[in-house]
Amino acid sequence: MQVMELLAVAVVILLFFMILKQFGLWEPLSLDDSSDGGLELYVVRHQPEGLEELQSQTQFSRKELQSLYRGFKNECPSGLVDEETFKSIYSQFFPQGDASTYAHFLFKAFDTNRSGSIRFEDFVIWLSVLLRGSVTEKLRWAFNLYDINKDGLITREEMMAIMKSIYDLMGRYTSPSLREDVSREHVDRFFQKMDRNGDGVVTMEEFIEACQKDEEIMSSMQLFDNVI
Amino acid sequence: MAAGVAAWLPFARAAAIGWMPVANLPMPVAPTDKNKCQDELIVLNVSGRRFQTWRNTLDRYPDTLLGSSEKEFFFNEETREYFFDRDPDVFRSILNFYRTGKLHYPRYECITAYDEELAFFGIIPEIISDCCYEEYKDRKRENAERLMDDLEDSKDSKLPNMTFRETMWRAFENPHTSTMALVFYYVTGFFIAISVITNVVETVPCGSTPNQRDIPCGERYTVAFFCMDTACVMIFTVEYLMRLFAAPSRYRFMRSVMSIIDVVAILPYYIGLVMTNNEDVSGAFVTLRVFRVFRIFKFSRHSQGLRILGYTLKSCASELGFLLFSLTMAIIIFATVMFYAEKGSASSKFTSIPASFWYTIVTMTTLGYGDMVPKTIAGKIFGSICSLSGVLVIALPVPVIVSNFSRIYHQNQRADKRKAQKVQKARLARMRISKTGSSNAFLHSKRNGMLNQALELTSSTGEKRHLNKTTSIIESQHHHLLHCLEKTTNHEFVDEQLFEQSYLESGLQTFPSRSPSLSSREGITGTCCSRRAKKSSPPPNATHTHTLTHPHKHNLQELSAIHIQCGEQQTLNTSRSSLNMMQDESASLNCKSSSQVTTAIISIPTPPTNNSPCSPETPTNPPSNSSAGVVKVSAL
Repeated sequence: MQVMELLAVAVVILLFFMILKQFGLWEPLSLDDSSDGGLELYVVRHQPEGLEELQSQTQFSRKELQSLYRGFKNECPSGLVDEETFKSIYSQFFPQGDASTYAHFLFKAFDTNRSGSIRFEDFVIWLSVLLRGSVTEKLRWAFNLYDINKDGLITREEMMAIMKSIYDLMGRYTSPSLREDVSREHVDRFFQKMDRNGDGVVTMEEFIEACQKDEEIMSSMQLFDNVI
Repeated sequence: MAAGVAAWLPFARAAAIGWMPVANLPMPVAPTDKNKCQDELIVLNVSGRRFQTWRNTLDRYPDTLLGSSEKEFFFNEETREYFFDRDPDVFRSILNFYRTGKLHYPRYECITAYDEELAFFGIIPEIISDCCYEEYKDRKRENAERLMDDLEDSKDSKLPNMTFRETMWRAFENPHTSTMALVFYYVTGFFIAISVITNVVETVPCGSTPNQRDIPCGERYTVAFFCMDTACVMIFTVEYLMRLFAAPSRYRFMRSVMSIIDVVAILPYYIGLVMTNNEDVSGAFVTLRVFRVFRIFKFSRHSQGLRILGYTLKSCASELGFLLFSLTMAIIIFATVMFYAEKGSASSKFTSIPASFWYTIVTMTTLGYGDMVPKTIAGKIFGSICSLSGVLVIALPVPVIVSNFSRIYHQNQRADKRKAQKVQKARLARMRISKTGSSNAFLHSKRNGMLNQALELTSSTGEKRHLNKTTSIIESQHHHLLHCLEKTTNHEFVDEQLFEQSYLESGLQTFPSRSPSLSSREGITGTCCSRRAKKSSPPPNATHTHTLTHPHKHNLQELSAIHIQCGEQQTLNTSRSSLNMMQDESASLNCKSSSQVTTAIISIPTPPTNNSPCSPETPTNPPSNSSAGVVKVSAL
């Protein structure tokens, strides 16, 4: 039959072209220019300043700086802590809860120049302030932590976020069990104590003044003075 | 707590300053670091090779030998170093575990030696990191198999009291056990061969009688062949009956393949005996003789290779089935095409599509008999395509069978993957337990911390104090941190199960706002005045995990922790947890006074690593030994 013969011939021609393509002798389609560059994952490395400079900038002794750096380098060999590593490290201290939000706020507070990663110098300078600094400096730091957008004022929403993140650290299994509005009550208490003029925001002066009046807070600030 | 983050603990504590301005309650006292020695190097001498590391590095894992005070046993006074008489090569990996937090298994190391070293240093093998874990498990499995094989070989020695039936069965299964078995084995083999040869020779035409036809030997020497057949069948029947008698499970034996082959092999003879007189069914009888060829399969009992081949084919049945299906598809396609291609030509053999099947199969398997040949051009083109593709399609099953055959030799792989999955789950469970051990450690030492404070207050009575702080400084600081968080939020950490339990029981009852935990105001005095804490001892197993968080049930009684009855001390495992120490000191305290001292010990649902099963152990004893040291957990 004619049709069958035509069909057979067509099949033969098709096979012929397929074989040609297989051998690369004929490219009907343009080949994809898949340059396999990929992401170059170049690792930033950072070396800290010398020991003497750090000693002058902080209140730590030489040995303390050495032991701090050893621990730091062990966890972050590149010399920089990015937010993910920071979160994972901090989460290990709170196995029952979710430390990521609070760690995020902490990271923002530590990362002063918004570079996205903490260097050893920043780390050790802040540590020196928190552990060996004056109470005023510590209070300043705490204010800085609560002030999420760093505009010099603590608003109710910021405080709510901070409080919620602290309660997140507790996790689910607490006694008494966490209710939804427990953080709001806490924030209300805080504002009651701190907000002098009742304008709904807390400024640095109000904060420091109110804390200095409260003995409990002052004594608890000294709690970690002998940590290292 | 994980390895390197111990170094970040000062940082985490410093960050806790952020909680201070918003805290509800006053913060607890920080643990003081009495011996504030700077981090020092310690020397570990392992069979002469000296390793040096910081002391803090070893303290990261306090539940191992090197991380706890157990290493003091190995301290050598003269040389001021710790001497271990163990393998230094394996110790390298162990020390690296402390340094990096990852345990690696070196490939060149023997698996049993490695396991022994791990056991000595108190490290569980499940911690081996993922990069080396698979290798470790493979080696372990091989070792176990080898041990099992050795065990099986040694089992072949005859046990003294085996019944006659068992002896016979063993003789049938393994002919090398005794001479009789070997004789039996060869005799049956011989008769199988005889029977098969008889069947074959029966059909050969041998010599012609004065009739023109060549008749096969079977019909010429009927009697001789009949006698031979009878003899063979008798032997087979006797053998089958003996096997049936000796089999430990007759039902299972009757269902097995070999016995079915046996039955099928001898049945035609008996059917033939019954049916000889009837001429009509002799045709059927003749076809039944075909089944006599199954006797050749009886050889598989004698040949290991045959068995493996059979098992291979069975195991790759699915792949073969799929290939057969695709082959059928190809045959149908080509047969159809050939039929329509050859329809036009005259006197074509391709009369129908099923008729073309034969051509397609013969062509695809490259047989090419030539009885059916296409004549048209289209037919020839398609025919050549058919034979070319046939080569490819037929070549496909071969690697499948080969790979399956090699897989049969390592046939435990499938079973072990299943086992490995179970082990994987168990491994993850153990790691999760040791991880939650850290949070439980906090809950547990929270009570211990309270105990310390309680005892400090009661120490004015002049009792002996064994305030041995066996929790490392790092742990106590970590617990202090978590305690500060509790104070800040005015909520407490509890164990997961207790949470569920109390949640179920209390419903949505609102709790009193005052903290049920030990606030410094009343809790400690409550624990001291322990006279009212004379709770009757409910069955410890039931309550000692449950009475923990029911602050609404008994008010102040709840604040008293556990009371320990004075009595002989249980022999507890020497664990490195402070739980043990607590028991010791409280027992020593107890036996002096008649009043019951309250101590705080939590029962933790059996974590294998850290807090060793002191508490779960003791509650099992009280029913038998009422005066024994019973530890009951009351609420907090």
